[in-house]
Amino acid sequence: MVVTAPAQSGPEDLEMMWRIRAFEEKASELFARGKISGLLHLAIGQEATAVGVCGALQPTDRVFSGHRPHGHAIAKGAETGRLFAELAGRRTGYCGGKGGSMHLAAPEVGFVTATGIVAGNLPLALGAALSSKCRGESDVAVAFFGDGAAQTGLFHECLNLASLWQLPVVLVCENNGFAEFSPLSAHTVVERLADHADTYGIPTETIDGNDLTVVRPAAAAAIDRARNGGGPSFLECLTHRLRGHYEGDPTLKRGAAARDEAKDPIQRFTRFLHDAARSAELEGIEVRVRAEVEQAAEEALAAPWPERDDLLTNVVAQP
Amino acid sequence: MPRMLYAEAVVEVLRRSVEGDDRVHLMGQYFLGLTPHRTMVGDLYRQYPDRVYFPPIAELGYVGAGIGAAIAGLRPIVDCATASFTFQAFAQILNEAANIHYMSGGQTSVPMVIHYNHGVRGGGAAQHSHSPQAMMWNTPGLEIVTPSNPADLIGLVLTAVASDNPTIWVDHVRLFDIEGEVPENIEPIPFGRASIPREGTDLTIFASSWMVRRSLEASELLASEGISVEVVDPRTLVPLDEEAILRSVAKTGRLLVVDECHLRCGVGAEIAATVAEHAYGDLLAPIRRLATLDVPVPFSPPLEQYVEPTTAKILAAARSVTGVQSGA
Repeated sequence: MVVTAPAQSGPEDLEMMWRIRAFEEKASELFARGKISGLLHLAIGQEATAVGVCGALQPTDRVFSGHRPHGHAIAKGAETGRLFAELAGRRTGYCGGKGGSMHLAAPEVGFVTATGIVAGNLPLALGAALSSKCRGESDVAVAFFGDGAAQTGLFHECLNLASLWQLPVVLVCENNGFAEFSPLSAHTVVERLADHADTYGIPTETIDGNDLTVVRPAAAAAIDRARNGGGPSFLECLTHRLRGHYEGDPTLKRGAAARDEAKDPIQRFTRFLHDAARSAELEGIEVRVRAEVEQAAEEALAAPWPERDDLLTNVVAQP
Repeated sequence: MPRMLYAEAVVEVLRRSVEGDDRVHLMGQYFLGLTPHRTMVGDLYRQYPDRVYFPPIAELGYVGAGIGAAIAGLRPIVDCATASFTFQAFAQILNEAANIHYMSGGQTSVPMVIHYNHGVRGGGAAQHSHSPQAMMWNTPGLEIVTPSNPADLIGLVLTAVASDNPTIWVDHVRLFDIEGEVPENIEPIPFGRASIPREGTDLTIFASSWMVRRSLEASELLASEGISVEVVDPRTLVPLDEEAILRSVAKTGRLLVVDECHLRCGVGAEIAATVAEHAYGDLLAPIRRLATLDVPVPFSPPLEQYVEPTTAKILAAARSVTGVQSGA
């Protein structure tokens, strides 16, 4: 029997959003303290897209992310401790410290891979969808990417292929209005990125990506369409990154605090649950999750570094 | 032993791969290039319509889809047609396929084969004559097979399809008309084992793919001049059978590398450096490299002759390395 994706959201989703927020804030702190090196791209403010989409997926569905992947991995079920360990380059990280923030992989929970190459994950998701379709499996593939990806040639190759082959894939564009440091208008005259999907005959919607109660049913519909042989969907989620492009970005604080507050998906979903008379279920979520994340970070930093011998393993798979 | 054209062997190994494993899917339609042999693979396509894809001319997208399909459980054999077109897909081959196993700490594998036809083929000019093996080799994580005859082709590609790694299958359209013996029950050939298609004592010629044929032809002529040549065909560049090369150089004391990549930083450069590092004491003469000259490949037939390693150039270089003053 084909499963139907849940269109509802509840306190467990708020908990997941807090888990991502707490993880990202802790990562930011560890970066500032020099405990995490390299490039760190945080998704603070974009939690509703990750949770809205991943919360409607099955464990065997496959997610492919980009350079801002922590939230997607967490929402798909990755353990925060092993993610912190990976960010900190430890042997106990998901990738043994070989991937780091931009190249996370937790395939055991269906978070197949992130890529540091803008739009690089799109064809991978298509291929996974192709594999599902060819092998008669019901797994759906999801690619998360930003508005910057929509200006690449690969994006258009992939929209065409997804449509041509009617692949069970959901393409989730997290349009935070900024490609690295440039507003979208500096890179394209196309105002609605969803229009690109229209061109290729792919069902599409532009939605408020910071409202979980909007993202979840839209994602569920797209996932159901893919799973039931209806082909690809494109979701343009308008969202709002509350941090700079990367940690250490001198333009870290963007926009007015009041506007940020109004757009914060966690605040908005909290108000929604209060309005739905579910306040009692929300008590202690943030405190509990922050403590859990704190503990995970502490353990990760106490974990061993990779050894010299680890360097040469995994270059190629051994028979 | 039955004989077979190289082009027939291409079809045969595709057939065996598709029949042997239902995870094997074919993507692309120019395994036999734009040659008179092109349609030979048609019967296979008609027999397995659900496992053959003719993607749009968008190498980056469809090679990437092949990578994703491999990650998720298929074993795709993806054709890029002419080697020059792999550049369109480099971002996915070099940055995704080659890296994913390592970046994931071994959690994820990319069991796929990427096929291309390389080299000077007659009138291909600058944009249809590339030999990107050295560029690929400079990317850890890829395996590279360079067959030079029908039997090796079948054995090597069977291993490539069974491999859990992204494997580059390098063909040359000039090989398609080569005929060779193919054993009835041909087995997969393990990677990293060179073959010695001709034994000799005066000079080692290292050559792969089409250059093996030219080197063998030259060796025959050199024999009549009293120069005994040993030809080492690595069969796979990655992994490389370094031992076989060093053993041969220890025996002959001389090395000529014949390769169709451009000279600078080409496959020949790597082999020359390896021998210089590990077998300096065995050398009786300086190593010689013969490669495609460092200019874009020209169109005009006489210019094309100047740019590539021809049999005549191999003869001259071999005489020079062995100290023979003039040819017969």
